[in-house]
Amino acid sequence: MFIYTVKRFALAGLILIVAVTAMFLMIRAVPGDPVSIMLGPRATPELKASLIEQMALDQPIWKQLLIYYGGLLRGDLGIDVFSGRSVVDIVFQQLPYTLEMIALSVVWSAALGIALGAYAAAHPNTIIDRVAAAVSVSFVAAPAFVVALLALLIFAVQLQWFPAIGVGEGFWGRLNHLVLPSFAIGLSWVGYIARLVRASMLEVLGEGHIRTARAFGISERRIIMSYALRIAILPVVTVIGVGMGFLLSSAVFTEIVFARPGIGKLVIDSITTRNYPVVMGTVLVSTGLFVLSTAIADLLNALLDPRARSTK
Amino acid sequence: MSDTLLEIDNLSVDYETERGDLKALRDISFDVKKGEIVGIVGESGCGKSTLISSILRLTAPNTRFRQGEVRFNGDDILAMTERQMRDLRGSDISIVFQDPMQTHNPVLTIGRQLLDIQHRSKATTAQKLETAAKMLAAVGIPDPQARLKQYPHEFSGGMRQRIAIAMALMSEPDLLIADEPTTALDATLEVQIIERLKELQSEMNCAILFISHHLGVIAELCDRVVVMYAGAVVESGDVREIFHDPKHPYTRRLIECDPGHIKTRARILPTIPGEVPDLVNLPDGCIFRDRCEQAFDKCQQVPALDKLKEGHFAACWLNHPEETTA
Ligand SMILES: Nc1ncnc2c1ncn2[C@@H]1O[C@H](COP(=O)(O)OP(=O)(O)O)[C@@H](O)[C@H]1O
Ligand code: SF4
Ligand SMILES: [Mg+2]
Repeated sequence: MFIYTVKRFALAGLILIVAVTAMFLMIRAVPGDPVSIMLGPRATPELKASLIEQMALDQPIWKQLLIYYGGLLRGDLGIDVFSGRSVVDIVFQQLPYTLEMIALSVVWSAALGIALGAYAAAHPNTIIDRVAAAVSVSFVAAPAFVVALLALLIFAVQLQWFPAIGVGEGFWGRLNHLVLPSFAIGLSWVGYIARLVRASMLEVLGEGHIRTARAFGISERRIIMSYALRIAILPVVTVIGVGMGFLLSSAVFTEIVFARPGIGKLVIDSITTRNYPVVMGTVLVSTGLFVLSTAIADLLNALLDPRARSTK
Repeated sequence: MSDTLLEIDNLSVDYETERGDLKALRDISFDVKKGEIVGIVGESGCGKSTLISSILRLTAPNTRFRQGEVRFNGDDILAMTERQMRDLRGSDISIVFQDPMQTHNPVLTIGRQLLDIQHRSKATTAQKLETAAKMLAAVGIPDPQARLKQYPHEFSGGMRQRIAIAMALMSEPDLLIADEPTTALDATLEVQIIERLKELQSEMNCAILFISHHLGVIAELCDRVVVMYAGAVVESGDVREIFHDPKHPYTRRLIECDPGHIKTRARILPTIPGEVPDLVNLPDGCIFRDRCEQAFDKCQQVPALDKLKEGHFAACWLNHPEETTA
């Protein structure tokens, strides 16, 4: 298990290096002189010169890449072209807002999705199962930005149950501001996870060991909760890990609709102002998050499944 | 008080399939007395597993009980509520399933599973674990305390089957059902497990319904035998009667095809030519007719399971001399 963990993180690091290199080359491949693009046509020559100096733009590209990696190792992602602040500071200032929004979305949607899926599998082909199926399918089909807009119009503007924009202050204030964005991001996941859990649960319930549990008179409730569900949720862990990329892109739209700070908002803002160091930093951190979450999902899977644990 | 524990009366069970109803059991009748060991033999696909899962009502969802009764201590199991059924399972009637690799939950420790099946006991967790370890020792698992902490995949097939037997005997049931408990194991292990089962049976004095397609094992262990073919009982009786004076051609073929003593069991058994008939579209007449070398005119009609002498029944026209000569 220890070796597996080390290997898994080494793989994650490797993926990250490839991703950073590709991204670096892609941004440099944008046609035109990066300095004029970033600073606009009216920049003074001194300003241009200092930017070239700062970003080492006069060096060959492989050297620029090395310089970037060097910075990366020291935890330095460059300087914001306009404010002169460190990109690391900017990104990590925004990151918590996005993370709390994604975390809450995952928690509520996974909890509800697993409960719905398990219930449906335990009562297959009943009315509740069919209603759950219909609702799930429509949830899956609903894109986060549409749900976000509708939720904003209905619950914030019309009913005024929840605040429309911003992030709020203090624990309850922040939580209150998180309700609608997390609802928008999580909704399609509820349906997706419910379908997934129902299918894997039905498969598990047909397995021999469940029949053994029944043959010993163990209650159906206990069979579902502790004998079947533990196996049936294994694929959910993987799906959430891999779904991190999807969650981050939903976050971009949601942060714009609800005017929330966060790395989604940051990446859009920095792209429109061609603030490349910030774009790079944000994308790098998001990619890191994605790679990390798939690695954690794999490890969690191995931990939850003793069969996988002993072979890894 | 009667000494009959389990009575199966005219039981017919179908599986609903896309091709139509598959008649897995037809008009099955036999008894198991208290403390008796009854063997059920027949090739694979003859309905042995269907029969024993019907006794515990743990059948697949597409199962339909068409007729008959299954009485345990006089009460009809097929008429019980799910609640009453649960009270019976794993306390008065226990079962060891066919495939030891599928029997245990892969993500829970063996200890946890042995603990959970003692849910009726009022003992403390420590006492239950003590009982579990004792049972594992009783079926010949070394170092049981440590092994309780392990997961199923850390045990071999033979070990898992021993654990399954330990689980089934834990509640000291009145009836133990074992579905080919040794089929997946090699011959030496088979001998060991059968010996152990015999010892435990004489200690606890429970009845055993032992399913096998291996006659040697049945001869070693059982008091009585029920021979099944294509969902029906074709012959039943005392072990000695059946082995020394079989009254049905199918039983005779099974005995001829069996290597005899269980210690010399071959990996590939000689088989009876032909196949079990399609249970969706059953042929007319005697069910064994396609494969029977002695079939004659009369066999176009279904032979009844007749009592030939006290405790020996067979369903074959050859046992009716007036018919053979007619
Ligand atoms: N759930 C099911 N649906 C349809 N047919 C089944 C089902 N389970 C078993 N069968 C069929 O019923 C017959 C009897 O099977 P089974 O009781 O498992 O026999 P055995 O245990 O003697 O090998 C076989 O023809 C098998 O294919
Ligand atoms: S009744 Fe006829 S076909 Fe059937 S087993 Fe006897 S001899 Fe063979
Ligand atoms: Mg079987």
